[in-house]
Amino acid sequence: MGELLLEVKDLRTYFYTGEGVVRSVDGATFDVHRGRTLCVVGESGCGKSVTALSILQLVQRPGRIVGGEVLLHRGEGSQEVVDLAKLKPHGREIRRIRGKEIAMIFQEPMSSLSPVHTIGSQIVEAIRLHFEVSREEARARAIEVLRRVNIPRAERALDAYTFELSGGMRQRAMIAMALSCRPRLLIADEPTTALDVTTQAQILELMQELQRDLGMAMMFITHDLGVVAEIADEVAVMYLGMVVERGGVREIFHSPKHPYTQALLKSVPRLGEVRAGRLHAIRGSVPNPYNRPGGCPFHDRCDSFMPGRCDRIVPPPVELEGGRVVRCLLYGGGEEPDQSAVGKEDGRRWQGM
Amino acid sequence: MAGNVGTYGEVILDVRDLRMYFPITRGFLRRHVGDVKAVDGVSFAVRQRETLGLVGESGCGKTTTGRCLVRALEPTGGQILYRRADGSCVDLATLDRRELRPVWREIRMIFQDPYLSLNPRWTLRDIVGEPLKVNGIARGRALEDRVAELLRLVGLRPEYMRRYPHAFSGGERQRVGIARALATNPRIIVADEAVSALDVSVRAQIINLLEDLRDRFDLTYIFISHDLSVVQHICNRVAVMYLGKVVELADTRRLFLAPQMPYTEALLSAVPRPDPDLRAKRRRIVLQGDVPDPADAPSGCPFHTRCPYVQEVCRREVPPLREVAPGHFAACHFAGQLGLRGIELEGVA
Repeated sequence: MGELLLEVKDLRTYFYTGEGVVRSVDGATFDVHRGRTLCVVGESGCGKSVTALSILQLVQRPGRIVGGEVLLHRGEGSQEVVDLAKLKPHGREIRRIRGKEIAMIFQEPMSSLSPVHTIGSQIVEAIRLHFEVSREEARARAIEVLRRVNIPRAERALDAYTFELSGGMRQRAMIAMALSCRPRLLIADEPTTALDVTTQAQILELMQELQRDLGMAMMFITHDLGVVAEIADEVAVMYLGMVVERGGVREIFHSPKHPYTQALLKSVPRLGEVRAGRLHAIRGSVPNPYNRPGGCPFHDRCDSFMPGRCDRIVPPPVELEGGRVVRCLLYGGGEEPDQSAVGKEDGRRWQGM
Repeated sequence: MAGNVGTYGEVILDVRDLRMYFPITRGFLRRHVGDVKAVDGVSFAVRQRETLGLVGESGCGKTTTGRCLVRALEPTGGQILYRRADGSCVDLATLDRRELRPVWREIRMIFQDPYLSLNPRWTLRDIVGEPLKVNGIARGRALEDRVAELLRLVGLRPEYMRRYPHAFSGGERQRVGIARALATNPRIIVADEAVSALDVSVRAQIINLLEDLRDRFDLTYIFISHDLSVVQHICNRVAVMYLGKVVELADTRRLFLAPQMPYTEALLSAVPRPDPDLRAKRRRIVLQGDVPDPADAPSGCPFHTRCPYVQEVCRREVPPLREVAPGHFAACHFAGQLGLRGIELEGVA
């Protein structure tokens, strides 16, 4: 499985707005291992992007991390572990980690690339921020990473502005910038969603190849189950701020345990599927964040809803065989809320209730 | 891959050599220096009750084609022959506004973005009732009754009539857009990426709704989408577009199992499929480069710059869209000779 790189434990990030508290992330727990790919999958509003931003302490006010831990294992011989959730958002320590140890790329390249600077100057700046190298050296390294992401005529691309590049090329430039400091973890937030399928195939191929060569871990956020099946080693399924199920990619796709995962997989039309007829739809829609259902967040759309239980009890994580973790009362864990019945990661949760 | 050919009616829409050019002008005098050939000689026919998919990547001209069909754009050339309910035939491409009026209510459009396509200052009653008012179909009490009926039809409660779009989720808004399109009892609906912006769980609901409505009202759909899994599910036939041209057109099943044009093969192989076991088995064709600029299209076959099977003749001559098997058209010099791979059926060895 590779050594542990990042442990997110019961992360909770709330937004305190005038209209009320939005619990964007409310119990996200997962691990990222060195050289592996974790896909975080969920629908809009499930908190997958806020989870990523929380890891890097990039959550904007009125949002705030209110609980949980984000443990970064420094590795390379040292046993040092930093809890990123405790660092100051503008502090020196997190700034040293951002971009260098953990880099992030976004769906829209223009949100992380400057329109008024050349590609080269942005990459050189990133390199010089984290490494003491001369301008020339940084430039040479920038050309190298641009080549690495298959941008043709890298020397020329260095002096290009973002508007001169196509969508796929911008995405490559952003990946190049993220990789320029050789991060140990790359967080990719829907990096291929805005791209056409053939361009998406190019970018996915590139990312997998880079990961193999650089041995970096990836946390890949997407809503596309096809992409998950393609690149994930492990999968974390999120619904309304909570990781409801996680496990290996094969297990998740072949024997999903949580009713939400099951329904999600059934609702996608599959290429090459012989069976025609109606799609299996999940009834209702994702609830308004101001008006979350109590108990299990999925209970009002769930086919296995157990009245009196699912709407009262927040399901604790239950560990199944093969490292699967699922938060659903069907798999137990809904007994008297005493410590013994609670999954090991989630001890504190009950004391607060 | 629903439907069987026997159930379709007569040809309701016959598009012939449709062209839509957008001029590029330069300088103070706005000198005409070239054209963006967004749609460049597109032909296809659609039968009643059929769902024809228009697929391709951004910039291929699928949306522009759709907008020409509903005459939101005036085509540069070609014909759009539409057979009306009484059997008479009109060419939509050349009608003027006054003549279009009665036809407009029969061909309606559903848009991609349920957030941008509904006026936020209008209630659902205004939004869904507007086509009724504009076309002089209903007013006052009768209009409200019809709006209530339409809302019920798409699975919304009639009481929602007084509310504004912001109170609804993406899926519910898309239902409003569908209700609005249905208001005038159309015969053809052009759905432009109608489910692309929706979440997976809601998308399935809307696809089911579109299929139910098709069966109930004998609708004909032109389903524009970049999502091939959805297209495979809902469409009877599919036209693949590239750089303003239809490069392949066939029955959905045939097109997906035995494509005859290298671009279709690449497109199918690029779709990420929700089955981790296919990862090792599959052979993904990763195309090099990007789609060429439609203002400066390559000579010969439009796909030759990225085609893995390119030959000398492809650079010189434009391949015509020819029938390579009954009902299967492909624009490739080597159609039928390349042994292209489609998708494997799931659950079949």
